[in-house]
Amino acid sequence: MIRALALLLSCQLLGEIISRALALPVPGPVIGLALLAAGAILHARMTGADASAIESTDLGKAASALLGSLGLLFVPAGVGIVQQMPVVGAYGLALFAALVVSTVVTLIVTVYVFLIVKRLTDRGKAP
Amino acid sequence: MSNPFAIWVYLATTPLLWLTLTLAVWVVADRIAKASGRHPLVNPVLISIVVVGAILVVTHTPYEIYFQGAQFVHFLLGPATVAIAVPLVRHRALVMANLLPMAAALVAGALVAVVSALAVAAALGAPHEILVSLAPKSVTAGIAMAISERLGGVPALTAVLVITTGVIGAVIVTPLMNALKITDYAARGFAVGLASHGIGTARAFVVDEVAGTFAGIAMGLNGVATSVIVPLLIAML
Repeated sequence: MIRALALLLSCQLLGEIISRALALPVPGPVIGLALLAAGAILHARMTGADASAIESTDLGKAASALLGSLGLLFVPAGVGIVQQMPVVGAYGLALFAALVVSTVVTLIVTVYVFLIVKRLTDRGKAP
Repeated sequence: MSNPFAIWVYLATTPLLWLTLTLAVWVVADRIAKASGRHPLVNPVLISIVVVGAILVVTHTPYEIYFQGAQFVHFLLGPATVAIAVPLVRHRALVMANLLPMAAALVAGALVAVVSALAVAAALGAPHEILVSLAPKSVTAGIAMAISERLGGVPALTAVLVITTGVIGAVIVTPLMNALKITDYAARGFAVGLASHGIGTARAFVVDEVAGTFAGIAMGLNGVATSVIVPLLIAML
């Protein structure tokens, strides 16, 4: 558990350093995610282990614990929002309408573009 | 006997009380969500935010005091993001097989997310400063607030819009995708991660691990795409 947390934090720290040093728009934790994934696959290749067995490792268990309660981690920031509601001001209703419409349209466009391109590429692969 | 008010005065200023409250409210909210069969409308994030927010208002507790306790939970967002590497490695074959669909969906989704929000708000009369604050609402709060600030928006307003977008997506995604009869969980997850960042991703992980993995990837990619797209589109306004 502590080993896994140390590994996750090390990746995040390294990601933060890279993000800041290169002034990238990608946040440190996202770079840390890529580093850990690359590291895990490389490690599995070198030791001849199956990378998919990552789930049953210390790291795998810590990851499922964190991701299983991912929603909890947004509560502190969300509570801060409740107190900032007044900044929404006179345009509250317009903004809420914009968010609902935009979220629905974005979900629909994204999912269909994904599926259509997938169907096209799958057809290209078929003999 | 010690004065109960004195005990309250002590407790109200320690991180212990507010950290415990955050976890306890979440445990109850999550149990309610589970009892509802993970009904999309019974979103544990939304319930927890409303309940904790109400308790702070009733007890006149400033957010700064609350956050001294809640920061320990908030801090875990970083390592949790890194932890998405684990399901990513497990499902890497599926991810590699879907690179092209992801790239196309990213470009289309990132554009539509910004343009559709701006179009509706502008049509309803929102001024420039509000539009700038609204544009990056689909990406994670840290990136969205940075974009908003750089372009002359109000970062605090952006934060409110980001969290609201996350909750809307998390609540809407399951009924919407079911109504459209979409059964590809990679595509469903990618869409909700793109439209509703981490809160959408949290919902995706509850529904299906593949959906959660693709949501996490979409969240990361859209953070980058949106920071490139929004300045260009705002310049055209």
